[in-house]
Amino acid sequence: MRWDWLPQYFPVLVHGLYITLFILIFSVVVGFALAVPIGLVQVTGRAPARMAAGAFCSYIRGTPLLTQIWLLYYGIGSIFPLIPGFRENFMWLVRLDAFYYALLAFTLSFAGYEAEIMRGAFLSVPRGELEAARAFGMSPWKLTSRVWFPRAVFQVLPTLTGEVIGQLKSTPLVFTIPVLDLMAGVSKVRQDTFLTYEPLIFLAIIYMILTYIITRAFGYLEKLIPQRR
Amino acid sequence: MILAAAIARTWAEFFHDKAALLAFGDTGYGDELLWGAVRSVEIAFFAYALGLALGLAGAMGKLSGGPILKAILEGYTTLVRAVPELVLILLLYYAGTDGLNKILETVGIGRIEINGLVAAVFVLGFVQGAYHTEVLRAAIQAVPLGQSEAGKAYGMSPFKQFTRITLPAMLPNAIPGLANLWLNVTKDSALISVVGFTELALATRQAASVSKQYLLLYLVAQALYLTISLSSTLLFSWLERYVRRGQPKLA
Repeated sequence: MRWDWLPQYFPVLVHGLYITLFILIFSVVVGFALAVPIGLVQVTGRAPARMAAGAFCSYIRGTPLLTQIWLLYYGIGSIFPLIPGFRENFMWLVRLDAFYYALLAFTLSFAGYEAEIMRGAFLSVPRGELEAARAFGMSPWKLTSRVWFPRAVFQVLPTLTGEVIGQLKSTPLVFTIPVLDLMAGVSKVRQDTFLTYEPLIFLAIIYMILTYIITRAFGYLEKLIPQRR
Repeated sequence: MILAAAIARTWAEFFHDKAALLAFGDTGYGDELLWGAVRSVEIAFFAYALGLALGLAGAMGKLSGGPILKAILEGYTTLVRAVPELVLILLLYYAGTDGLNKILETVGIGRIEINGLVAAVFVLGFVQGAYHTEVLRAAIQAVPLGQSEAGKAYGMSPFKQFTRITLPAMLPNAIPGLANLWLNVTKDSALISVVGFTELALATRQAASVSKQYLLLYLVAQALYLTISLSSTLLFSWLERYVRRGQPKLA
């Protein structure tokens, strides 16, 4: 076992960790914000919207995230240059940076998985509670924001821990497109030093620590929620 | 109007003459992709079978093993489930092929070239095993103890107790989890592409980088993956109906 490479590559690895965590937190927060309307539409929407939301969820959940990332970065990314005048545009810079594609792919993925869970949660709120809210004369908006949404989110929170850990565990996939995350930093160490195991073991330990932190943090969050037993 | 025309031209340019690209044989990539999909399902199937076997053994060990075995299994499931699949695949792939060759060298057989499919199946199966262990353990624990005790009272051997009572009673609890794991392994099979095994994802990537038709080929690959997932979902819902036969309907 050789660990002398660690000090030298420390800055690269710290920056990689920052990128990994940024992708994780951004995709979880924005993805969840997207998941709520997508889940709600599947429960209450009209047929076309409901089917569109359902198709989106099936697609996200039915195909590997790896190929979703490649489709966005190599596939969608390859049509931008065909649009006349695009190369001269500032958007060209966005095309170049794989980081934005990674953010988009991870956000959509989290939204797809979480929307399916939110759909179930919205459905499982007892009808009597919604009827009581309606009997109080609440408007549909108020009913959703005061009763339906909070009740659904409280139910989802325990499963959210697993979902966020799942999302954390897919973050190394971004190294397959040029994003300099923690995995890419570790790959660089492996290429430079010809070490096979040590960098990967280091990576595994970091991910285990992150998993532990997330588990503890969500455990704390869950305790904050009022529960009636 | 100008924008609409530009978009229309872009699309026309893009999909011009693309059908030939998916032809079978030397001119198109249809056969490469379809073959890749077959390899993906192959990896997924054998890895799933291996995972199921490991999971069954693991669940048994966790439920009725000694303290040392329990601690080892706890370490296995916690470790595998806390580390990203991609990292595990890389670690196990290099460690596994390297370790096997070292053992073979010391025994005196010499190095062998390990078949990519076999390595992929072992690596994914080992990862799946940890998840299977947890799913099966929970499903077995959900079966009331009195049922297998009744079997014991009838003089059934432990094996018969398992096959006649515990197994059929736990399957309805286990099938949803097992279905999820199957869907996961079909998707995780794409990760094997990082160690250079040509399944659907890597076949698509290779075809796309040769033909430069990234969007079309990736869309076709996604459609193939989606077909696998959706048909599996159908199959598992039929299976769940079958193992739940005779049970009261869920609310």
